[in-house]
Amino acid sequence: MRFLTQDPTLADFGHDPWWLILLKIVVAFIFGMSMILLGVWFERRVVARMAVRPGLNQVGPFGLLQTLADGIKGILKEDLLPRTADKVVFFFAPTVPAIFALTALSVIPFGPMVSIFGVQTPLQVTDVPVAVLVVLACSAMGIYGIVLGGWASGSTYPLLGGLRSSAQMISYEVAMGLSIVAVFMTAGTMSTSGIVAAQAGGSEASWSIFGWHPTVPSWYAILLIPSFLIFVVSAFGETNRAPFDLPEAETELVAGYMTEYSSIKFLLYLLSEYVAMVVMSSIIATMFLGGWRAPWPITAFWSGANSGWWPLLWFLAKVVLLLFIFVWVRATLPRLRYDQFMKLGWKVLLPVNLIWILLLGGLRVMQDEQFSGRNRWLIIGGAVVAVLLVALLWPARKAEPKTTLEEQMSARPSGSFPLPPLDLQVPPSPRAKRVVAERRPANVTASGAGSGQVADADTDADEKEV
Amino acid sequence: MSTVLAAAGVGAGEAWTFWILGPLAILAALGMVVARNAVHSALWLVLVMLCLGVFYVVQAGPFIGLAQIIVYTGAIMMLFLFVLMLVGRDASDSLIEVLRGQRLAAVALGLGFAGLVGAAFFRALDSRDAIGLAQANAEGNVQGIAASLFTRYVFAFEVTSALLIAAAIGAMILAHVERHKDQKFTQPDLMRARFAPGNYPGPKPGPGVYATSTSVATPGLLPDGRLSDRTISPILPKRELTEAESTPKATEGR
Repeated sequence: MRFLTQDPTLADFGHDPWWLILLKIVVAFIFGMSMILLGVWFERRVVARMAVRPGLNQVGPFGLLQTLADGIKGILKEDLLPRTADKVVFFFAPTVPAIFALTALSVIPFGPMVSIFGVQTPLQVTDVPVAVLVVLACSAMGIYGIVLGGWASGSTYPLLGGLRSSAQMISYEVAMGLSIVAVFMTAGTMSTSGIVAAQAGGSEASWSIFGWHPTVPSWYAILLIPSFLIFVVSAFGETNRAPFDLPEAETELVAGYMTEYSSIKFLLYLLSEYVAMVVMSSIIATMFLGGWRAPWPITAFWSGANSGWWPLLWFLAKVVLLLFIFVWVRATLPRLRYDQFMKLGWKVLLPVNLIWILLLGGLRVMQDEQFSGRNRWLIIGGAVVAVLLVALLWPARKAEPKTTLEEQMSARPSGSFPLPPLDLQVPPSPRAKRVVAERRPANVTASGAGSGQVADADTDADEKEV
Repeated sequence: MSTVLAAAGVGAGEAWTFWILGPLAILAALGMVVARNAVHSALWLVLVMLCLGVFYVVQAGPFIGLAQIIVYTGAIMMLFLFVLMLVGRDASDSLIEVLRGQRLAAVALGLGFAGLVGAAFFRALDSRDAIGLAQANAEGNVQGIAASLFTRYVFAFEVTSALLIAAAIGAMILAHVERHKDQKFTQPDLMRARFAPGNYPGPKPGPGVYATSTSVATPGLLPDGRLSDRTISPILPKRELTEAESTPKATEGR
């Protein structure tokens, strides 16, 4: 078990020489920036493939340089300043989310202890006892950029987008903060490297099922699956990604808070969205997917998989997998309505989270208090029976009677907005001067009233009069 | 833990942080008072709170520092901004004195308060070393806070949270608008009203510009193929095909 000794602890941080600190910061920054370039390319390629299109394929191999070209083009565009804008705030607002998103990268553990130019150091810029809170603080501060950008633009749609995003991100921050409480309870620490170390796994459970001690799954994604699911959902809300991209809903708000922005300021907003996505993926990988640790089948036959520089590969693979899920969801799900979205956050995620934390706390107390086997099973059985009783006695909602499409159509009151023909046959134009030879002959009856006739409805009667 | 060790004496990094952020915090506090625009004031206050958070972290209280940033700066100030933005972008404070002598009294009271606090701190901190920090942080800062919060101060903590819940419920009652039952509209109700007869559900369609006609006077088609006169601007003279012109020609040779 060589690799277990290489877990960095909090005591390993803070001893680096200055050049190493500088190097780590620069590398983390470059990682963030290159993940943007690759992330935009990745997203556009994957979405295109899911929509059965080729996607980017013009600039560079596989279109890899397209994002670079787009970036240069964006920078060279004219920078516009609206007349009603608050100039100072309008100028600095786009930098805020980018700065804070990149700051959050500093507490992400990329790997275990490695040797860089002869110095043994953890592959992480820094770690503090409250590292996860640093990430939460950064994502909380990043909202300011969006809100202020919307306000400073001095027009209506950006303001609405900014207000929407502040409401959205604050509500989902609550769900997010609660879902990581379970991780803190299980890991016993808030430092990111400590949480990765706590997911090393391989420990046998203290409880048994008829004498058999099962091995506790090490990843919190399995062990704490409700927290994991809630965290992933609220990560979508926190990063303003589809299906929760209401602040920039183009059907309602043009482009939300970014409407008035152009050139490099617009690019900064775009960039910060992708950095936030990368940070969220890294945090999910760190807190729930074992961080830089190799997944199970690899460690089973290769004991050195978690030592040296290899963990960087596993970490990047997990991040790319999570980015793929972000893109996949965007390509699949339509945008939620605003009230549905808020209902999901406050009325579903939050109560489920609280109940789950309560359950987990109860389990932990039971483990600590050393109940005898019989009492423990009695408590668990009582809880299960109580839940079943509540579920059975809960008043069921009356199922709505099912109606067919034809019934629904005939139930429409007269004068309703007309529907297109259900067989999707395009009626021949009443104005067609000549009928193309290939076209199916129009259904002309003796009265001359085909489906494409000028309507004889009362509302359109006056049209016929010249 | 490096933060705990550094707290024993003032390290170089701590001193640097203080001398950079201290003046910044004071400048930001002054900016908050001086700024005319309410949103600018709020932003200066955000800067003050960020500096405070960093000070807490530097003084071996990382948890309280980050809680300051997340809760106060991230959530409470954001709600402040939310309200200020709804007030209006160009709303500035009027500088007309409503109470006579208020400004003078405020300055005097402020100076007196600053003097009191300054004197108290000078007496308290003069040639005294802080003790007990190492014991308090012995099991880690977060664990220490959790232990005292949930054992010694648990009653005070619960009373405070009860107060906050009472305040939240009070705010909800004040903001609650009682609606009569038939004045409540859910989203499905609104949708039904939108598609009810007599109401046009979408944006007005543009006039028909088709392959056979490029005139804006050509009416657009409804989904079932009928013509709609809503698509034509009322100022345009109407030109519509006659019955004979618009009848589909039978081309089968009959």
